[in-house]
Amino acid sequence: MPTLRKSTLFFLLVALNLLVLAALSLHAEVRSGQLPAQRAASRALVRQLKLSDLCLFTEARYTRHPAMADRHAPFQDHPLALEHFPSGSLVSPPALRREAK
Amino acid sequence: MNRSLQRHLNILDFALSSLWRRKGKNLALLAVYTLIIFIIASIVFFTQALKREADLVLQDAPDLVVQRMVAGRHDPIPVSYGTGIAAIRGVSEVTPRFWGYYYDPVTGANFTLVASDDQELKPEAISIGSGVARTSRISIGDFLPLKDIKGSPVLFSVQKIFPSSSELVAADLIQLRQEDFQRLFDFPAGRATDLAVSAGNPAELETIAAKIVHDFPDTRPILKSEMIRTYDSVFDWRSGMVLVVLAVAVLSFIIFAWDKATGLSAEEKKEIGILKSIGWETTDVLLLKSWEGIVISLSAFLFGVSLGYLHVFFFSASLFEHALKGWSVLYPEFKLTPVIDPYLICLLFLLSVGPYVAATVVPSWLAATVDPDAAMRS
Repeated sequence: MPTLRKSTLFFLLVALNLLVLAALSLHAEVRSGQLPAQRAASRALVRQLKLSDLCLFTEARYTRHPAMADRHAPFQDHPLALEHFPSGSLVSPPALRREAK
Repeated sequence: MNRSLQRHLNILDFALSSLWRRKGKNLALLAVYTLIIFIIASIVFFTQALKREADLVLQDAPDLVVQRMVAGRHDPIPVSYGTGIAAIRGVSEVTPRFWGYYYDPVTGANFTLVASDDQELKPEAISIGSGVARTSRISIGDFLPLKDIKGSPVLFSVQKIFPSSSELVAADLIQLRQEDFQRLFDFPAGRATDLAVSAGNPAELETIAAKIVHDFPDTRPILKSEMIRTYDSVFDWRSGMVLVVLAVAVLSFIIFAWDKATGLSAEEKKEIGILKSIGWETTDVLLLKSWEGIVISLSAFLFGVSLGYLHVFFFSASLFEHALKGWSVLYPEFKLTPVIDPYLICLLFLLSVGPYVAATVVPSWLAATVDPDAAMRS
């Protein structure tokens, strides 16, 4: 059996990697098709209980409901208080909101 | 075979042999490079998937939530405000929402209590999220003691557990009847936590919100689009920890590209000198170095992206778990819908492969333009 050139081996490795990426894209497509049924349970609860936030971080009220939190919530003890909760560092300040005028 | 293609293949063969000669150094380089791409790709996949999930799930959220603000803080809103808001043109329904938090001293977890008028729910019965069931180790028919405002425990029987597929919105939820909620917290009569407002025409929401602020100056309306945008900004690349992790990854990439760019080793310079003295053109040397850069960076990119996808969508981003959990005792377990954004992948490709190849070629070009004799003697 003739020995393969190093360049051929390299291209085979790249092709194999591209094949893996294509398989992962296919996986993403198939899973996207399957998950609406699973997501339906979440959407039904959001509709029924009129929920406004995702349950991602349960450690502080302003990270549990970032959309509902007031602007001062992370600094509740005093204006220059340091952030207590690790997930607070994940949550950026809310987008500009309509404030009471 | 085409002559030019044959030339490229010959140079690639030589580049691969050259890389293999210094395999220890180059394999270490490939590992570090793959790790950086893996971290960046994981962040991209994770944040994109969460943003899309929030966008899809929150489509059914209330059109508008109206909060009352007192001294800059959220305060229970008089239910009577609902009558005034319902009279605004375009508002189809106003529903008071009763919800709050409960810290469970037994498990150390924070629960979200939501009151509803679900007729199927019996008095002193609750529906709980899978996260609550898991943390408190209870199932249907068991009792969950919750302390009321006076400190006396009230036993609630678990009537239903929300499906585990709803953990992303309901892991920490406890649904109970409105009278139980009011009794537990001694919630002031005639007040609600906030008001959920529905509008017949979503295009009118901005106008309705402005009218609410005008009529009730102590309120703050939050639009559904703002709720969705909150998650966009939380997982935006510019925000919080995402920025920190990205900055670390990008900085390490710059450091190691800088290391490549600031000079070649004496051995590499000597190699270029020998190649030039045996008749290689400067373009051949540049082609050789470009191929070396492409082999390393392309391999690292392909490995890193695939590993990032597997990490986020097969292993639930387990490396980020500790950062996301923080101090929370109750953490939702959810599977994200995979999202591959071709734009971001192309951007990652251009930002990782391009600069590295440039960082490899530029110093080689400087070395290749020097007299071969001087290069070999240096």
